[in-house]
Amino acid sequence: MMLPVYLGLLQKAEQALAASYRKVADGHGAEPDVYHLCQTLAKQCDQHEQALAPVIQRYGEQPDDEPERLHAVEMSETRTGPVGLIRDLQDLYVLASMVDVTWMMIKQAAAGLRDDQLTKVVGECEGQIKVQLNWLTTRMKQAAPQALIIAR
Amino acid sequence: MVDRIADIWGERTPFGRGEHWPVRVDQKLADGLVETDIDRWVQSACVLCSNGCACDIAVKDDRMVGIRGRAVDRVNHGRLGPKGLFGSIPGMTSRQRLTRPMIRVDGELVATDWDTAMSRIVERSRALLAEKGPLSHGFYTSGQLFLEEYYALAVIGKAGIGTPHMDGNTRLCTATAAAAMKESFGSDGQPGSYLDIDDCDAVFLYGHNMAETQTVLWSRILDRIAGPDRPFIVCVDPRMTEVAKVADVHLPVRPGTNQALMNGLMRELFVNGWVNESWVREHTIGVDELRAVVEPWTPEKVAETCGVVPDDVRRAARIFGESERVLSTVLQGFYQSAQATAASCQVNNMHLLRGMIGKPGAGILQMNGQPTAQNNRECGADGDLPAFPNWENPEHVRELATLWGVDADVIPHWAPPTHAMQIFRYVEQGSIEFLWVSATNPAVSMPQLERIRGILDQDSVFLVVQDLYLTETAEYADVVLPAAGWGEKTGTFTNVNRTVHLSDKAVDPPGEARSDLDIFLDYAARMGFTKNDGSPLLTWQGPEDAYHAWQECSRGRPCDYTSISYDRLRGGSGIAWPCNDENPDGLTRLYRDGVFPTEPGYCESFGHDLLTGATVGEQAFRALETHGKAVIKSAEYAPPHEEPSTEFPLRYTTGRTAYHFHTRTKTARSRQLNRAAPTAWVEMSQTDAAALGLVEGDIARVTSRRGEIIVPVRVGDMREGTVFAPFHYGYFDASTEVADAHASAANELTVTEWDPVSKQPLFKNAAVRIGKVADAVGPSDAPTTTASRPAFAGAIRLTIGGPDAEASGVVDRDAWTADRADALS
Repeated sequence: MMLPVYLGLLQKAEQALAASYRKVADGHGAEPDVYHLCQTLAKQCDQHEQALAPVIQRYGEQPDDEPERLHAVEMSETRTGPVGLIRDLQDLYVLASMVDVTWMMIKQAAAGLRDDQLTKVVGECEGQIKVQLNWLTTRMKQAAPQALIIAR
Repeated sequence: MVDRIADIWGERTPFGRGEHWPVRVDQKLADGLVETDIDRWVQSACVLCSNGCACDIAVKDDRMVGIRGRAVDRVNHGRLGPKGLFGSIPGMTSRQRLTRPMIRVDGELVATDWDTAMSRIVERSRALLAEKGPLSHGFYTSGQLFLEEYYALAVIGKAGIGTPHMDGNTRLCTATAAAAMKESFGSDGQPGSYLDIDDCDAVFLYGHNMAETQTVLWSRILDRIAGPDRPFIVCVDPRMTEVAKVADVHLPVRPGTNQALMNGLMRELFVNGWVNESWVREHTIGVDELRAVVEPWTPEKVAETCGVVPDDVRRAARIFGESERVLSTVLQGFYQSAQATAASCQVNNMHLLRGMIGKPGAGILQMNGQPTAQNNRECGADGDLPAFPNWENPEHVRELATLWGVDADVIPHWAPPTHAMQIFRYVEQGSIEFLWVSATNPAVSMPQLERIRGILDQDSVFLVVQDLYLTETAEYADVVLPAAGWGEKTGTFTNVNRTVHLSDKAVDPPGEARSDLDIFLDYAARMGFTKNDGSPLLTWQGPEDAYHAWQECSRGRPCDYTSISYDRLRGGSGIAWPCNDENPDGLTRLYRDGVFPTEPGYCESFGHDLLTGATVGEQAFRALETHGKAVIKSAEYAPPHEEPSTEFPLRYTTGRTAYHFHTRTKTARSRQLNRAAPTAWVEMSQTDAAALGLVEGDIARVTSRRGEIIVPVRVGDMREGTVFAPFHYGYFDASTEVADAHASAANELTVTEWDPVSKQPLFKNAAVRIGKVADAVGPSDAPTTTASRPAFAGAIRLTIGGPDAEASGVVDRDAWTADRADALS
């Protein structure tokens, strides 16, 4: 059964996303909406990770046997300026997409296993990840023209 | 004669539910003049608060010399408030008015002629457009101009230049009203009417100190309270306002916790079976999610979070749940606080849950903060497009392009319009290099003023300021344009119950001052903006041309003006939109049939996530299958981001006094008003004052993470742990000491943060510490007549106006008004 691998993958991805949100918040403190929302969304990721804990306890942890494949990796540093902002938001988007699509597969597995507890956890978390993606899109759409055309 | 400084609301004229609010004509003439001295009366409406009271301006020897309320008008039935009576004329006739354009030469502003000033603007504008394109331009306007002027500015910005960087100070006062209505109902447009006061069983005032912000509207409520079957009053406000004093239930919530309270109130509606389940099923979507979100919010949990009494939550909910007709009004306590749009949407939800909308007495007034804020929103000089189209709907944009004769690509619609705080951020970052500020004073009214001053002072931006006076903002300008104002130009404007008024020109403006419309049209002509066919973009000769063009723009949209002509507005009462072939006399209440403008092809917005502001998008919105149903939007409570700490232990909130408007640009020029509230203060509870060793009048330093002010203490009726400062007091008339230290403007301390949906700044949530600077030499000058009244009256001089502030108020219980038929039907 490979579900434990994917639960681990998801847990690590949520951790990486939370840490990256916090990094972007600190790196772009002069954009108050980015600062506060990144903090808020980081907390959401923490909660997702906590919600997964009892499920992981039941299924056990199993290391990823394909460590060479694409993984969610925490952002190492943030950039500066208007273009730096959209690049950083873009990095967050990639990470959040990874989280989103992993939840989707976990949801499928939960349905196949008729695991009510896991289904409930997915139900609580996947909607929030979709809103996170929507917010990142909304914010990038707003910032992109100014950043790409005219920013100094 | 009544001293209307001491008696803000004037003589009571009690009336019962469903009766007609009696007429009382208030009047104030300049010293020594009587009615027979007046040469002519010119029709207008008051611009010194958002209420929109109709008035006539007295003219003698081609000078404005007095004002009286218009008896016939549906808004005020003849009444005027102290600001209207005492501030209207002095606010325009001061010798300090700007009379000539000014340009900056060698660092100094010097007087010049119009051609030189406009040439300088056009030269810079053209060069930047050629070199950097439209995104280099920003426009920051007002809630004080006339409809025609906003529409001209919108066409210039959106069809001439094509910049998304347009907003107004309406972002600071009323953006959340618009946002909440778009989320719940699909479009801007207040459902209710002032007439609902006459018919209601209860009034809920959410963060709305109506007694000071709309004194005439409050008179209408006071007259119901004095009548035979007084309505219940429920007040949500951390201060002991005049509203709170007469309230049956006062909920003095901690600033920043409105959403928790609302979730608790709605839970009570569910738990007690006060929800109109069949109506909700037929006319709304989203109720199940709301039910789940509010479920944990017991009165006890609300009490703990908000700092109120659990039984008061129950009592307030019972009044809402058991009254037949409830009127709700909402203002800055919600709009400028954490979770602004979310909490304001919950007010809409309360009414939707009970199916209490569109019926006499059962209204919602998502209030405006300024007299013409509604027009800025309608006409698109703020972020929106004109006449409530949806920027995410390509068909709507195409229709506008056709109307204006330009390519749809020119009209910025590829992303959300840029809100004011973001415009200033782009200026700060140097990418907006041309900023045109009209009729507003960001150097005092925006949050975190030290930062704002730095932005306005940047060399990278070419700043145009157009105003009546040399404001704190104008001091930073590269070009200053002297504007004509109220009584000196003709135009229309619309208040919170959608009533449109005409304001006619009474006198010529001083010196070379020109109307804002003339200035905008001049700029458009000099810039040579054209339509696709090569003809000029704007060919209007005056306000009525602009108004006709606006009527065409509004045709078929929720704010339809097509049957409201200048001629119809002259002589009678204001008329409420929509006014068209279907509603030839206008419409008192929207949504009488429970059908809402949420059809995806018609709505103004596909909505947002209330926590993040993420756009829902067309596809997801269509999947909701709204089909004319209202959208019940729910939100979890999220605590405000800046909470008290050891270093900054007190909550800080800001607001208004009855005697001043905005940054006192006009009201400080009235001797009656300025005497009533001459200087700034900070207001705190007895307990907090005692703990800090402060007494009335002590000079205190109030410090936040962003700055400090040094002002006298008023020991008053605040809730413990929260302090208040009025935001009116800038520096144009301050002592050199205060001005140099920037020591009196409440916004020195406020935070640069905004609501994720409406983008309205959070003026009501900050953390501060307070320390004594000097002993009192006397009590503070804060007014004693209102929420700022002292805890111990004792030796404190009462706020009175004296003979100077006497105004007449003639009651006529039988006089006819335009809404009398409505009232008695």
